[in-house]
Formats: sequence, structure tokens, C-alpha cells
Amino acid sequence: MEKKILEVKGLKTYFYTEDGIAAAVDGVDFEVAKKETLGIVGESGCGKSVTALSIMGLLESPPAQIAAGEIIFKGEDLLKKSDKERRNIRGNEISMIFQEPMTSLNPVLSVGNQIGEVLRIHQRLKKQEAADKTIELLDLVGIPLPERRIKEFPHQLSGGIRQRVMIAIALACNPSLIIADEPTTALDVTIQAQILELMKDLKEKLNTAIMLITHDLGLIAEVAQNVMVMYAGQIVEYADVDRLFEQTMHPYTIGLLESIPGVDLEIDRLDVIKGLVPNLYDLPQGCRFHPRCKDARTVCKEKEPKLYDLKGHKVRCFKYSGTW
Amino acid sequence: MKQSGIYKLAKKNPLAVIGIVTCVIWLIAAIIAPLIAPYGPFTQDLPMRYDSPSTEHIMGTDHLGRDVFSRVIWGARISIPAGVIVIVISTLFGGLYGAIAGYMGKLTDEAMMRVADVVMSFPPIILAMAIAAALGPSIMNAVFAIVIVWWPRYARMMRGLVLSTKEAEYVSSAVALGEKKAYVLLKTIVPNCVAPLLVMASVDLGNAILIFSGLGFLGLGVAPPAAEWGVMVAQGVAIFQYWWISFFPGVAILTVAMGFNFIGDAFRDMLDPRLRRQI
Repeated sequence: MEKKILEVKGLKTYFYTEDGIAAAVDGVDFEVAKKETLGIVGESGCGKSVTALSIMGLLESPPAQIAAGEIIFKGEDLLKKSDKERRNIRGNEISMIFQEPMTSLNPVLSVGNQIGEVLRIHQRLKKQEAADKTIELLDLVGIPLPERRIKEFPHQLSGGIRQRVMIAIALACNPSLIIADEPTTALDVTIQAQILELMKDLKEKLNTAIMLITHDLGLIAEVAQNVMVMYAGQIVEYADVDRLFEQTMHPYTIGLLESIPGVDLEIDRLDVIKGLVPNLYDLPQGCRFHPRCKDARTVCKEKEPKLYDLKGHKVRCFKYSGTW
Repeated sequence: MKQSGIYKLAKKNPLAVIGIVTCVIWLIAAIIAPLIAPYGPFTQDLPMRYDSPSTEHIMGTDHLGRDVFSRVIWGARISIPAGVIVIVISTLFGGLYGAIAGYMGKLTDEAMMRVADVVMSFPPIILAMAIAAALGPSIMNAVFAIVIVWWPRYARMMRGLVLSTKEAEYVSSAVALGEKKAYVLLKTIVPNCVAPLLVMASVDLGNAILIFSGLGFLGLGVAPPAAEWGVMVAQGVAIFQYWWISFFPGVAILTVAMGFNFIGDAFRDMLDPRLRRQI
């Protein structure tokens, strides 16, 4: 068994608002092993980002609160740690790449300053050492002329270069886990490919585990080993990438795959999943997906399915309960 | 090269150049006052009292025979630094206060901003008068009184700026990197908010000088023998046939306040392209 870096058990993150309690993450279990890339897929608002932010401890509380569960990072429960201990882990052992490279860099600090700052906080490097390391990092993420770039400000850089800078910041302290929240969504396609290539490359070089949050299944197929599909705060399917794409089980995942336009397929209309992600304040009875499910039967409306484990391929659907 | 730059600015924004020139003249006058003032600020010449402007006393003399021109020049040494000190302290204190309130949010914010609101609910000159009167007349007391009424506007502005900036992605990313709260506030949020604050400070400099002179005029700021413009205006108002006693210090106040206002406006136009006027 490979060594686990991160283990999340029964995580429940609730938002307590005036409109009621929203279970943004409702009992999620997963783990990330060393060198593994775990892809988390789902529509907007299904709890992917909240899961990531819960691990980072970046949720505003109130309204958000982690109601139950454990987040075990390198054998220790992060939720039991003090604010200061968690701050030392953030950016150092777990770092995060944000979605919007255009707005995730501070406009008033030069690139060198922003990367150097992380090194100074967590590794207590002196100014000169931090500057040297910064140049090294920029070189590592494939930015040409790093000596010149460190003096530049974010507005002088293109989107692709900015995302590389974000990656360099995330990598600065050699973290064991990087959480990438839709790292390529805001970039155009050719740049996306470059950034993906870079992330794959760096993972090989640095042995970092990656949690990749995206709604792009193509991206997952490309880089992830394991995939977790989320719907309305729950895991609906969890398997290794080959099995997920070859024997897709959950109707939701099937729907997601069918709604991708293909280059080589000649079809006039794409199959889409009808309807919207349910309102978290007002979840449907029974299976949360049943109002949108093509295969829904009476049992789906009455009872909530549990996550059935079929030889490592987990799926939350009555079709695989054996009594369908 | 440099000349063409000034020429360009003059064409695009003539008021800015007028403002800069006026303020530079006043600053130089304040610095080299002993060299250009023909008499000392307190040199009395009683036989020559109420002398109208002449070649000997180009702005005339006052009721004690003191040279008004010299006193106006010396007055720049009081009013301009006083205005600058008021603005610097107000900006620093108000800015930090507002930044903390905006960043902490919730109850801290409420409590801090209500204090600022209480101060702001008084007409500034009235409150400054009350404080200055309670403390007794002196330059430092007048400055202190004005700072007390002046900082809340900076606090309010800074709070608003911080509130909108703290939602920015780069702020969450700074938190995600494990930065301390104070660091996030001071190094990530505040530098992105200072530009509008600086503009406000530069526009306000003229106003601060006005209020300071106002206190002097009302007899609550600087004590009378001092060569302060407001005091000088006050000394002349009762004796209107000797118009020069009030007129020239009044012009001094006017030009300085206007000069700083023009500079402030130009500064704002420069930093905020959205407000840039169409010519």
C-alpha cells in the first residue's frame, strides 16, 4: 500500500445562514497517496471547492463550519490543530493554485517579491537567498529570462506566465500536496496544454501529490490516477481513471461524459443532463440525483442510496445494489 | 526633455501648473523667510503704524507698525507645516484605523466605525473650536484639535477600500500561502488602497490650512503675537479703512489653499483615469 498523504473521513462542511443550513459538503471520504493525482469533478456548486477550502482551512467561519469529520494530513488531524499550526502548514506543506491567474497575484508587488515572501515566511530565507531560489523556481516552471521577470509586475505578464508564476509560488516550499482549483479554466487551449504538461512534469520531478479540481473530464483523463465525481455535496462515483472512463457506472457521470462535444463524432445535438444542481437548502428526497436521472425508479425517490463499493469502484446508485 | 514635459502638462492641465508654481513659491518663501522678509515678524515701529502700502512697506503696516509683508512671509512657516502635520497624522491614523475596521469586520468594525461616526456628526469647525478652546491657544493644540475632527473621513474611506479589496483573489491566495493576518492587511491589502487616500490627502491639504487659519481667526488657534495668517486677518477686520492688514494675509490663505487644491485635483486625474476630464 502506498503511503497516504491526505485522508479525509466523513467530512461535513455546513453553511449556517439565515435561509437555513446548507450542507455544501455532506460526508465525503477520500484519500490521496504520495505522487497521486486525484481528480475531483462535478458541476458548479457541488462542493468541490468547498472541500478544497476545508482542507486548507480557508473558509470564513461563520457562516461555514466543519460539522463533522477528520482531515488527516501526514497522520495528524488538521481540524485539531491551532490556527498558528495550520498557518504554518498552508503554503508550506499544502499549497493551492487558484482558478484566476489574472486576479490571484497582488498587483502592487513584483513577481520576485511575491514568490520570495513565501520563502521568507516558511523557510526563513534571507533576502538574497530568497531571490536566488525565486529565479530557480521561475526557471523550473519554464519562464524564460527569470532574472528579468522577477522585477516585473503582474500586469506586465500574460495569463499563461501568470499561471506559471502561481505554480511557482505553490511549489516554493516543496509542498507534499498541491490543491489546484481549476488551474486551467481561465486560460486558452494552447496555454492549458502547456500548463498541464508542466504540472505533469513537475509532479514527476518533485513527487508532489496533486488534488485537481475541475469540471473538465478531458483534463482528468489526461493527468489523474483516481477520480472522484461529486454531486450536491456527496461523492457519487470514485474509481481509478481507467475504470471510470471504461465502465462508467453512475448515471450522473455518464451524463457528464455524454455532454462533452467530441471532435470526431458527428452529432447534431449533445446529450445534456436536464435540470440544475439541486438547491442545497431544499434537497430532493431519496437519491439527490433522481429528479435529473434517466433511470430513476420509485426506490430512488424514497431512499437515499449509499456508496456501494464494487471492488474499489465506488458508486452511489441503487443500480449497483444487487436488488435493481 | 524636461522642459517639453512641463510644457505638455501646462497645455493639458494649466491649473495643475498654476497650483504647482504657487505652492513652490510659498514653500520657498517659507524656507528662506529670513532672507526675503525685510523686517522681523515682531519688529514694531509704532510711529509708522497703519502705514498704507508703499515702497518701504509694500503691504503696509499694522496697528503696531509691523511690516505686513514680512509677517505674511513668516506666516508661511506656521500655516504650511501645520497643514502638512494635520494631514499626515490624519491620513496615517485614520487610514490604519479604517483598514483595521474594514479587515476585522463584524463587531470590531461596527464599534470602530460608530466612534468615527460620532466625530463626523459634528460640524468640523465647531468641534475643532471646542477642542481648541478647551486645550488653550497654541500651535500644537490647534493641530491636535484639527486632527481629532479630520481623521474619521480617512478612516471611512480606507474602510470602504479595504472592504472591496479584501474580497480579491490575491488576498485569499496570500492567506492560502500562510501569511499572518497583520501581514495580509499591511502588505497585501493596504498597498492596493493607498492611491485614493493619497489623492484625498493632497486635496485636503488646502482645507486643513483653511481650518487652521480659521481657528487662528477665531482666536482659538495660535496666540495673537504670532505671525499666523488667520490671526492677522482677525486683527484687521475691525479697522476696515486699513484694508491691507487683512487683505494680504487673506490672499496668502487663498493662494495656498487654492494651490494645494489644484495639485490635489491634478493628482487625482493622474491616478484615476476614470475621472480624467475631457479637454
